[in-house]
Amino acid sequence: MNFELIIDVVLLALLVATAIGIASLRQLFPVAMLAGIYSLLSACFFVLMDAVDVAFTEAAVGAGMVTVLFLATFALTSRTELPTRPRRRQAALIAVFLTGALLMLATRDMPHFAAADAPIHSHPLYERYTVTSNEEIAVPNVVTSVLASYRGYDTLGEVTVIFTAGIAVWMLLAGRSRRNKSAKGMQH
Amino acid sequence: MFTTALVAILIAMSLALARALLGPTVYDRILAINAFGTKTVLFIAVLGFFNGRPEFLDIALVYALINFVGTVAVLRFMHYPAEIFQSDNDGGGS
Repeated sequence: MNFELIIDVVLLALLVATAIGIASLRQLFPVAMLAGIYSLLSACFFVLMDAVDVAFTEAAVGAGMVTVLFLATFALTSRTELPTRPRRRQAALIAVFLTGALLMLATRDMPHFAAADAPIHSHPLYERYTVTSNEEIAVPNVVTSVLASYRGYDTLGEVTVIFTAGIAVWMLLAGRSRRNKSAKGMQH
Repeated sequence: MFTTALVAILIAMSLALARALLGPTVYDRILAINAFGTKTVLFIAVLGFFNGRPEFLDIALVYALINFVGTVAVLRFMHYPAEIFQSDNDGGGS
C-alpha cells in the first residue's frame, strides 16, 4: 500500500475523532482547544496536498486567531453549551448527512488530484495568469497578482466587508466597557 | 528513515489528541494542544524531506511561532475568574 495513502487515512481518522469529540463535549473551553487541534490537523492535510499557502492561512487563522477569539467570547458570555431538544438534534443530523452526501456526490465531477488534463491547466486563462501576468503586473507570485490586480475590485469589496464587521464588533465591545466604567463611577 | 520518523510523529499526534479528548483538567488540554502544535511543525518539516522538497522548512518555523504565540494568548486568558476550571470538573471528559 502507498505510504502517503496511509498518512492520509491516519490524518483523516484523527480529524474524525476530533470532530466527534467537539460534538460530544458540553464544556466550551475544551471545545475551543479541540477546534485548534482540528485546524492544525487540516493544516497538515493541506501541506500533504501541496497547498502550503492554504495550510498556512488555516494554521494562522484557525489555530491562532480563532482560539483566542473563542476564549474572548467565553469571557464575555457563557462557557457551557445548553442542551438541545432531541427532535432538533435529529433534524440537524439529517441535514448534515444530506449535505455531506451531496458534497461527496459533487466530488465525482471533480478532476483527479494532480491530473494533467484538469480544467485549471487547459483553460485559456491559465496561460494569461502564469505567463502574461509577469509582464503585465510584474509580481512574481501568481496568486498575489490575481488577488491584487485582476480581481482587485472583488478584493476591495472583501476587505470592506471585513473592515465593517471589525468596526461593528469593536463598537459593541467598546460601548460595553464604557458602560461598565460609568456604572462603577456611579457607585463611588 | 523519514518514513519511521513520520510514523512516530503520527503516533505522538494521536497520543496528544487522546490527552486533549480525555484530559480531566483544562491544563491537560492546553498542554495537549501545545504538544500537538509542535508535532505539526515536526510533521511539516519531516514531510518536506520525505518528499525531497525541504523548502517548506521555513513555513514549519513560522508554525512554531504561531504555536508559541497561541499558547501564550490562551494562558493570558487564564487571568479571567476561575469559573473555567470549576466548570471543567463536572463531566468535562464525558
